[in-house]
Amino acid sequence: MADFVQQILNGFALGLAYALVAVGYSLVFGILRLINFSHGSVYAFGAHAAFFMVGLHFGPVPAIIAAMLITGVLGVVIDRTALAPLRKKKSVSIAALVTTLGISSIIQNMLVVIFGSQRKPFPDFFNFGTLELGGVRLGSRQLVMVTVSLALLLLLLMVVNKTKVGLAMRATAQNQKAAALMGINVNNIITLTFLMGGASAAIAGGMVGGYYQIVYPSMGFMIGLKAFAASVLGGIGSLPGALVGGLLVGVIESLAALFFGSNYRDATAFIILIAVLIFRPAGLFGKKEVVKV
Amino acid sequence: MEKNTEEPLKTAGGLYRVELFFSKRRMILIPAAFILFLAVPLMGFNQYILRIFTVIGIYIILSLALNLVAGYTGQLSMGNAAFYAIGAYTATLLLLRGGVNYWLTIPLAAVLAGFCGLLLGLPTFRLRGSYLTIVTLGFGEIVRMILMNWDSVTNGTLGIRNIPAPDFFGITLSLRNGGFYYLVLFLVVLVSAASWFIVNSKIGRAFVSIREDEIAAQMMGIRTTKYKALAFVLSAFFSGLAGAFYAPMVGYIDSNSFTFEVSSQIISMAILGGLGTMRGMFFGAAVLIVFPEVSRFLMDYRFVIYGVILVLMMRFRPQGLLGWQPRVPVRFSKTVRSDLMREGILPEGE
Repeated sequence: MADFVQQILNGFALGLAYALVAVGYSLVFGILRLINFSHGSVYAFGAHAAFFMVGLHFGPVPAIIAAMLITGVLGVVIDRTALAPLRKKKSVSIAALVTTLGISSIIQNMLVVIFGSQRKPFPDFFNFGTLELGGVRLGSRQLVMVTVSLALLLLLLMVVNKTKVGLAMRATAQNQKAAALMGINVNNIITLTFLMGGASAAIAGGMVGGYYQIVYPSMGFMIGLKAFAASVLGGIGSLPGALVGGLLVGVIESLAALFFGSNYRDATAFIILIAVLIFRPAGLFGKKEVVKV
Repeated sequence: MEKNTEEPLKTAGGLYRVELFFSKRRMILIPAAFILFLAVPLMGFNQYILRIFTVIGIYIILSLALNLVAGYTGQLSMGNAAFYAIGAYTATLLLLRGGVNYWLTIPLAAVLAGFCGLLLGLPTFRLRGSYLTIVTLGFGEIVRMILMNWDSVTNGTLGIRNIPAPDFFGITLSLRNGGFYYLVLFLVVLVSAASWFIVNSKIGRAFVSIREDEIAAQMMGIRTTKYKALAFVLSAFFSGLAGAFYAPMVGYIDSNSFTFEVSSQIISMAILGGLGTMRGMFFGAAVLIVFPEVSRFLMDYRFVIYGVILVLMMRFRPQGLLGWQPRVPVRFSKTVRSDLMREGILPEGE
């Protein structure tokens, strides 16, 4: 029983990190209908930026904030240099998809060039001790992860739902042309979503790096796919959906690891993903899209 | 008629002239190229070069397979490495555990891969565009994880070693004696011919109509779900064929030979050459296999440049380097031509 509760707790903490990455997919997909394959690499970039900044000894919090800013800027650069020109040319959607694949290769291999491909120890700065209750261990690392992720996700939800910028984002997601006619600078809104996605991925990267105390350039691939599964599960394009999806994927895969062995941990996310896509393509919170002729 | 051939010449310029040149002489050029490729092992290349040629052959087959589903039918599959893996593992297990003759393992492996392609094709009944792409991606990862964890059959992460090379009338095929090269050349010719006949048949036209507009295709009476599933099956079949060839060639397989990187490499080749054209597959596979070999001095920067190429291609030439619509006038078969003449659509004696 203690094992069971422990796995749910672990899954919950990890699931929130997935949710932070999933938000990046959801924001971009909601507006551009594009699967941003570079997001996993952006996450790895965020983790490395945090790793680098922590190495400068300004303390963990300024380091992560700096990493967040740098990674947000990276998101903006990706959009402005590679994706905005495609939008301007009204290219087919596969072109944007392949572009994000290319960007992913660029980022990941630049990280290899700069930091080396080996696994690097990340300082364990969230560890203030462990709370033990009836055989269930609650580490401060998990607590920090849960608090920070929840706070950030709430902040993002607030921005999207309560501010004028958020209103513009929702309008752009619904209908770009109409939004532009209402005086919204659609290009800036899209760039802003890349900024927000990059920043949240950097925080997730820093925290997961601190959780496992390890960073490496290809770390973004698996978590990127899982976060993507999470955002599809919740209904891609929906922020609460990303949160719920992330938590579900985190908890289910931890339980799967408990019952079927940790080897099948990674496969769980994909099985959930395919099942959701076949039986409920719009996800739990998504709206069904109707194709009009 | 004079005018018709002049018109595109002005707009298309060099490309049109090149295409017309090749098209007019294709009866000489294709056999000539074939004879040239037959002679490659006799030219005294070392094993390293022959290996590169052979690997290019494998990737031509894989790209042609992807092209059927992504290029002609317009369903981007990011899980084709899975079929490649299924082909490789099936052939290996049949060879080592089942004691099946090598020459039988290739078609059997391809058939099993094709069947798995049908399984993957089933979700296409309900999914479109990006969602379908994600399912294929998830499928690829699930297959890889099964291969990695099903220890009793696939030997898990350790992989399967010492896969024996096949015999051909008493000669053991190897890279050194060019045996594998000839075999892959044969398979490339086979798959190209099959691909050509599929594309230029009723099936191929159904594929293209689905790519251009699925709803309109349905309205014209094309059973789009059937043809989409068929595209996946054919693509999986040919990928499985490549896998069954690959395993005995390298003599060792593990799940790391079939990662997402492989799928993404096949996609890059097809896109670099030009999706929806066959010439593009040959070109793309050759360029992207040779590029990492000749640019070893760039070390880790190679794959950075690889990404840059993809991004620039999408920006400036998304149809691929060799991707353009054919401008050479369409050639009808004899029966079609006589029908059209009778209807007065084509002038007599055309």
